[in-house]
Amino acid sequence: MDFSRRETFGLGLGALALMALPVGASASTIEEMIAEFTGGADMADTGVTLTAPEIAENGNTVPIAVSAEGASSILVLATGNPTPSVGTFTFGPLAGARSASTRIRLAKTQELVAIAKLEDGTFARTSAEVKVTIGGCGG
Amino acid sequence: MAEGVTPRVKVPKSASAGEVITIKTLISHQMESGQRKDDDGNVIPRSIINRFTCEFNGENVIDIKMEPAMSTNPYFEFDATVPEAGDFKFTWYDDDGSVYEETKSITIG
Repeated sequence: MDFSRRETFGLGLGALALMALPVGASASTIEEMIAEFTGGADMADTGVTLTAPEIAENGNTVPIAVSAEGASSILVLATGNPTPSVGTFTFGPLAGARSASTRIRLAKTQELVAIAKLEDGTFARTSAEVKVTIGGCGG
Repeated sequence: MAEGVTPRVKVPKSASAGEVITIKTLISHQMESGQRKDDDGNVIPRSIINRFTCEFNGENVIDIKMEPAMSTNPYFEFDATVPEAGDFKFTWYDDDGSVYEETKSITIG
């Protein structure tokens, strides 16, 4: 495929605009996503545990674990990703422990947020900072 | 993207009644995040597994909603209570409408 000088420059500008968009948009959507999950309720600082590595060499697979005593569901958000939501873990009546672990993608060094909805209707929140050496979203 | 999707699940063969066991699941899947671009600069459309559930004899153990931030070959580890002998049923729901299922039996003893 051959591009003229002008076309190449245009493509570069387009790519830059695409990269800039999600970063600018995410700050407000995180608050909205939290509000949607909690319904605007207050969150306690204790009661949920989020285990994540301090430094992740490869952002493509970052092992994380969440647990919260008596939680009915746990929401995980990656605040620095183009799409911040990571997943929601909902525990059924036969869940042996209110915990789960998985592997996620992180685009860059950022803060992870976990919010647990407890069975008594209250919410708990925690966060963890993860340093990412190689980003995992291929932007 | 529905080819080459293989679910793998690790469940103990037997447990004592009421025991809490650890289950590990992994399914091979590209989990295209919708953020990457191909060689020509076009965005590769999102194609992920968006939901995973585990049931034991029809009763829910865990239900996970997945977003593009899940890694390739999504892996989960969680605990389940085994009240009686029966079957664990694992279900993955793909963006393209495919459903992948796996069943594992467990005995009491």
